[in-house]
Amino acid sequence: MRMPAPIRLRELIRTIRTARTQAEEREMIQKECAAIRSSFREEDNTYRCRNVAKLLYMHMLGYPAHFGQLECLKLIASQKFTDKRIGYLGAMLLLDERQDVHLLMTNCIKNDLNHSTQYVQGLALCTLGCMGSSEMCRDLAGEVEKLLKTSNSYLRKKAALCAVHVIRKVPELMEMFLPATKNLLSEKNHGVLHTSVVLLTEMCERSPDMLSHFRKLVPQLVRILKNLIMSGYSPEHDVSGISDPFLQVRILRLLRILGKGDDDSSEAMNDILAQVATNTETSKNVGNAILYETVLTIMDIKSESGLRVLAINILGRFLLNNDKNIRYVALTSLLKTVQTDHNAVQRHRSTIVDCLKDLDVSIKRRAMELSFALVNGNNIRGMMKELLYFLDSCDPDFKADCASGIFLAAEKYAPSKRWHIDTIMRVLTTAGSYVRDDSVPNLIQLITNSVEMHAYTVQRLYKALLDDISQQPLVQVASWCIGEYGDLLVSGQCEEEEPIQVSEDEVLDVLEGLLVSNLSTPVTRGYSLTAIMKLSTRFSSLNRIKKVVSIYGSSIDVELQQRAVEYNALFKKYDHMRPALLERMPIMEKTATNGPSETVQTNGETDSTILDTKHLPSISQPASQANDLLDLLGGNDVVPIIQTTVPTKPASAGGELLDLLGDLSLTGGPTPTPASSVPMSQPPFLLDGLTSQPLFNDIAAVIPPMTAYNKNGLIIEFTFERSNPNPNIAVITIHATNSTEADMTEFVFQAAVPKTFQLQLLSPSSNVVPAFNQGSVTQVIRVLNPQKVRCYCEPRTHSASYRSRSSEISPFVLKHLQKSDECLSGAKLNIAKLKLRAASH
Amino acid sequence: MIKAILIFNNHGKPRLIRFYQYFAEDMQQQIIRETFHLVSKRDDNVCNFLEGGSLIGGSDYKLIYRHYATLYFVFCVDSSESELGILDLIQNMLLFTTVCNFVMQVFVETLDKCFENVCELDLIFHMDKVHYILQEVVMGGMVLETNMNEIVAQVELQNRMEKSEGGLSAAPARAVSAVKNMNLPEIPRNINIGDINIKVPSLSPF
Repeated sequence: MRMPAPIRLRELIRTIRTARTQAEEREMIQKECAAIRSSFREEDNTYRCRNVAKLLYMHMLGYPAHFGQLECLKLIASQKFTDKRIGYLGAMLLLDERQDVHLLMTNCIKNDLNHSTQYVQGLALCTLGCMGSSEMCRDLAGEVEKLLKTSNSYLRKKAALCAVHVIRKVPELMEMFLPATKNLLSEKNHGVLHTSVVLLTEMCERSPDMLSHFRKLVPQLVRILKNLIMSGYSPEHDVSGISDPFLQVRILRLLRILGKGDDDSSEAMNDILAQVATNTETSKNVGNAILYETVLTIMDIKSESGLRVLAINILGRFLLNNDKNIRYVALTSLLKTVQTDHNAVQRHRSTIVDCLKDLDVSIKRRAMELSFALVNGNNIRGMMKELLYFLDSCDPDFKADCASGIFLAAEKYAPSKRWHIDTIMRVLTTAGSYVRDDSVPNLIQLITNSVEMHAYTVQRLYKALLDDISQQPLVQVASWCIGEYGDLLVSGQCEEEEPIQVSEDEVLDVLEGLLVSNLSTPVTRGYSLTAIMKLSTRFSSLNRIKKVVSIYGSSIDVELQQRAVEYNALFKKYDHMRPALLERMPIMEKTATNGPSETVQTNGETDSTILDTKHLPSISQPASQANDLLDLLGGNDVVPIIQTTVPTKPASAGGELLDLLGDLSLTGGPTPTPASSVPMSQPPFLLDGLTSQPLFNDIAAVIPPMTAYNKNGLIIEFTFERSNPNPNIAVITIHATNSTEADMTEFVFQAAVPKTFQLQLLSPSSNVVPAFNQGSVTQVIRVLNPQKVRCYCEPRTHSASYRSRSSEISPFVLKHLQKSDECLSGAKLNIAKLKLRAASH
Repeated sequence: MIKAILIFNNHGKPRLIRFYQYFAEDMQQQIIRETFHLVSKRDDNVCNFLEGGSLIGGSDYKLIYRHYATLYFVFCVDSSESELGILDLIQNMLLFTTVCNFVMQVFVETLDKCFENVCELDLIFHMDKVHYILQEVVMGGMVLETNMNEIVAQVELQNRMEKSEGGLSAAPARAVSAVKNMNLPEIPRNINIGDINIKVPSLSPF
């Protein structure tokens, strides 16, 4: 039985459009699908194309159409153009290289690529270029290559893009297309030229060999570009008054790839780039696109400096453009070039700053980044004014970045300390809750170090506190300062500003207010309590302070409670030490850009650290062990490099030291006799003081090379540097030389570090230290301190043969305390303490 | 590279979908829905590119779109023309926007020319033709031809070839009535394709 002729595509569409609900539509489609399926089953050749066309429509609407895949193949194999056209379209829409069915097409496509009708060939090329899998590409690359050489431009342009697809799928087939590329650029047809440039670009990007091969095409490309610019109006290729902008852009891009890092090619294209840059009409967007490509090319190749300035000026002009997109890309590109062409970009500063007021957030963000990049010592005051204004008015999303940018810039270029403090305070008052955590210690350090500003600062902060206690960072800084400099505040001595009259009680009222305020975070309360405690040595109202402190001894906040209990103990048991412990913080050494972050810990913890003294008895065991150890190591041979304080703070370190020692005594020949009990020069609790600031103060940010060991002819020198990519890594290079008459063989350098560190001992240049200083052994040690904790590094060396030969030399332990918090900072390594002890007898 | 070209109307109903990268059918529909959602809520006066939705690759992709009358034309492009070139995304944005805008313009103008003032209905009823036109503008996700006259000419020639075979609706029964309705002077008698001479029979346009 024969079915009636299936309805036409148009009728189906019309029917589907009458459906009022989704369900109705689904029902219609299902009905039609059933009809199509049965028609397919009957192998109906006449209506197959119509059915597939309907299927494609349903596919677009999101209905399953995969059952038509095989029908597409049948259509492709048909002789009729109509069938082939729908078949190939269906294949492109319904098939992809994941389905095995597509392999069945390979032969059909091959035949069609050799078909006598260009449109059939075109269809085959188009399909291959869309969905050809790597197997297909391998099989058909020869045909594509042949078509790439034909004179028919319709086929040639399609073959070029098809070749791009083939190369993407199977890069090793690239060589095959090389001969065909020879004459591509002499083609007149713009479509072919355009696709050829795409092909060449693809090849250049994929292979350095191709890149150098195609460099010789630069003059030809330059000529084509020149013709495009110079030629008069041609309606064929004109887009808003510009001759084939696509081709221009494509060529500019290819030139960029060809000229990158190559002097000759860059030289050859300098002139044409200047021409394009000056001759392109910019009233329309198309012109701007070309100009932008030109700018990018100028920036990428080795262009003349004059040309670069021209390029930056073009970008500057873009900033005034009405089109947001153009302003955005201009800012982005300027940001990229600001490092290399700083002065040229600087000239557009005012325009860039104006972009801060743009409504578009993306533009604002770029403008902000660029503005920060442009800040320098000369324009800091003006730029900061703008940026602070921006900070005031910008969206919350921007505030954190903007604030930290201002901090950084202010730190780098502040014209005066007062200005610096004012700026930071301004940021804290306007965007306090958005600033990053490290800004509080940063500011505290800054304030501490500006001795002459103390009175001024504390007064300003006190006033700020009266106005607003919701900005936590500001409140923290203010609490800290009031605690430190409360006496200055009350005495009202301030030269810079109108002095204010404040009584002690008023100050304490404010601080107590912070303790009870709902707005205060636990951290702020901690700051506040500590401040009150500090004031006990600066103010006379001791009883009130004692009362407040004792109240918080029962606080539910553990941190606060601990502080209060410790402070209470300080009042009771250690009252004689209180004034000394609560003394004003010493001036902090400015170490590196981020150094101040160290201050947080110092300031936040100082009090409790000092108060650890009362816990000392409980940890006396490890401490005494450590002391024993130190005795063991022998004070008489101490080589004081920097300071003689013995670092034994972490009990664990002491333990490790002991381990080392055990090791030592085993390998060290005669058991080291306990050194003649050198009395510890410091009382034990002061060891804890190691963590407080003063001990670090005398340490320069850069450690000069030092002699770590110099005994019996063996000299070991350490040089320090910080690993560039990761400032947490300290790189220590050791140089060992031997001035004795015999070579030292089996020289081994060992180092031990606590668990929080990671140590990497690279292999030494040799294990023999030649005699008579005739050479040296070098070895690199890398110490990673990821947690940025303060710790010690204890390398130890011994030379086996050396030991065996001269019994009087034994290994030594090198102590090396690294104030590693600083490791996160800029380019400098700060080693707080380096100490060498040699145990010998 | 162009990853997908989508055309849908103000209600999100697809009018043409063309993916140049494999996506499963349901994923294709999800992408259309998501893209519609992203594009339709934007004002007409804001810039006409935006970051791609999560489905089609997130921020590595850009959606460049135009709103013509009742239709949205959306090009979904990835950051670079070549998969190798890990070029900065932004670097290509302006170019892409312009290129795609222009390709869109070429495409729309070609549609205009082929359908004489194209409207949504033309696209609905001539889905296959729209695909054929697109095929001459973009191939495998790359721009093939931007010369509108050339595109129109090639498409026309192919359509005539198709008509010469009777077209999609070459049902014998309809042929007769089609002849009656034909506007004879509009169709040339002879077409030269390469060296093949085709006599144009008078048959129904669809």
